[in-house]
Amino acid sequence: MQMQKLAGNDVLLDVRDLETHFYGEESVTRALGGISFQVRSGETLGVVGESGCGKSVTALSILRLLPKLTARTVGGEIRFHGRDLLKLSPREMRQIRGNRIAMIFQEPMTSLNPVYTVGHQIAEAVQIHTKASRSDAMAKAREMLRLVRIADPERRVNNYPHEMSGGMRQRAMIAMALACSPELLIADEPTTALDVTIQAQILRLIVDLKEHTGTAVMFITHDLGVVAETCQRVIVMYAGRIAEQASVTDLFARPAHPYTQGLMRSVPDRRHGRQRRLPEIPGIVPSLREPIVGCSFAPRCPFAIGICREKTPTLRDIGPGHAAACFRAEEVMGG
Amino acid sequence: MALYVLRRLVSTIAVMAMVGIFIFLLLRLAPGDPAAIIAGDTATPEMIANIREKLGLNEPLPVQFAHWAHSILSGNLGISIFTGRPVLELISQRLEPTISLAILTMILSVTIGVTFGILAAWRAGGLVDRTLTALATLGFSVPVFVVGFFLIYFFAIRTRWLPVQGYQPIDHGFGPWLVQLILPTMTLALVYVALIARMTRASMLEVLSEDYMRTAAAKGVSSYSMLFHHALKNAGVPILTVIGLSFAYLISGVVITETVFNIPGVGRLVVDAINNRDYPVIQGVLILASGMYVLINLAVDLAYTLIDPRIRY
Repeated sequence: MQMQKLAGNDVLLDVRDLETHFYGEESVTRALGGISFQVRSGETLGVVGESGCGKSVTALSILRLLPKLTARTVGGEIRFHGRDLLKLSPREMRQIRGNRIAMIFQEPMTSLNPVYTVGHQIAEAVQIHTKASRSDAMAKAREMLRLVRIADPERRVNNYPHEMSGGMRQRAMIAMALACSPELLIADEPTTALDVTIQAQILRLIVDLKEHTGTAVMFITHDLGVVAETCQRVIVMYAGRIAEQASVTDLFARPAHPYTQGLMRSVPDRRHGRQRRLPEIPGIVPSLREPIVGCSFAPRCPFAIGICREKTPTLRDIGPGHAAACFRAEEVMGG
Repeated sequence: MALYVLRRLVSTIAVMAMVGIFIFLLLRLAPGDPAAIIAGDTATPEMIANIREKLGLNEPLPVQFAHWAHSILSGNLGISIFTGRPVLELISQRLEPTISLAILTMILSVTIGVTFGILAAWRAGGLVDRTLTALATLGFSVPVFVVGFFLIYFFAIRTRWLPVQGYQPIDHGFGPWLVQLILPTMTLALVYVALIARMTRASMLEVLSEDYMRTAAAKGVSSYSMLFHHALKNAGVPILTVIGLSFAYLISGVVITETVFNIPGVGRLVVDAINNRDYPVIQGVLILASGMYVLINLAVDLAYTLIDPRIRY
């Protein structure tokens, strides 16, 4: 890559009070209820939570790729290098997408265009954002395929997606996303749809490339194991809000939100030979169609007391770089 | 691929044989005696019998068919009963106006229909979309001759912008040729614009919600390129099918349009031939038309492979 970006403390992406709503026939779903977090250059931030907690909506809101007719970001700011992405013109936004912020998706089987060759699709990203000629862009595509460790890139560059396996297509997606050396890569469950053996390879690849290029990564997953292996910091999301935010070490050593604890208990422990029955978090995720009174996790929470059902807890610092949205965080953390 | 084309051409022969038998029988079994018509109102039974003998109409049907098939295969479409001229010559004289009208109609229908369909899908539920739905309903439900007379009234009689009727051969100049064909083309194209636009819209809507469209947006692809490159090529197969079918169906649409606008084309030739029970002419046109139909279908099937790399023969 042309540029070696070093991990630093400067804030690359600063999301403040982001609110996104989905509009149905008769109801409004508050998919994001005002979330704030930062991504620093060069770091890997994990975003964890159950399906429907707002992880993907956060990613799509940042790139402004929400379905136009049904969803809208109604409040907050998304500051990228200090500029609010929500205030950019469509044209300015296009110059950011794929160039400075890139994204890879969950479904490698359907995320590539079936009627164009993989090389064409990678080269297209290069040609949109640089003045490269067609042949230079194709050369870049071959280089990228080599970088993501696809064997025989000279041949593969002319392959159509249907001629590749799922793992190979996800590699091609990564090649496409990194072709313009973005400062931030948003990876939305990039390994969920793959075989377990391939998952490990793709994870390894993302971690290696991140170290090689210095790109910051926002890693969206429901798998705490993946977070432990790849991320420096984590945000745990629940029902469209951030439940807890911490460094990976702190999160695993001292989880301060009852939801985080519940998530950790339901991760299979690979060290024990015989698997015990996994505990699950009782109850269901609340509907986001009606306004929630009190803490959204209270109905499922073993720690819930009177105040939890009356007031909504805000994210508050409970240690250096560690914050939780829980009235009883200290007690929870103490066990 | 070459093998596939060969197989399709061989199967075309079988199809055309069936078509031949069907065309032959259809006309023989229809009421009306061509000999009586040729002989005229005042003919005596002897004169009619004489003509029947001369045309071979007294022979058994299989023998008539064998004679007919033999001459067709040797490139001879027969002699018109009514005019006494070779059928092939009659058709080729009438070919230019019909082909001109058909090609102009297809160009207009495809460009307007596909563009309209894409815009309607892009802003589904918006103004373009609703206008299209209204126009398409109109295009499907109003008969060609009504549209034709309506256009003639406004653009030719009221405003005198365009000629009312008739045809100018292209070797008299491109301008006059085009001017003469504007109204008939608009008339004929309306229903095909509606058909192609509706199919394009449906096919595009399906494609626009695909994951790879989101990938393209995440890459920074412009709206134009999203629609016309990423989406259109994926939506192409059903659109191409409708275009192919439209082109084939044009043959029937042409008959009425040529009559309304008094264009001396193949459509008018067929109408006259039917009125006169001129069997060889009707058969000749039908054979050529079905041959065209089969070839267009083959061309469309082959064109699929150019659009979608997953289709291989």
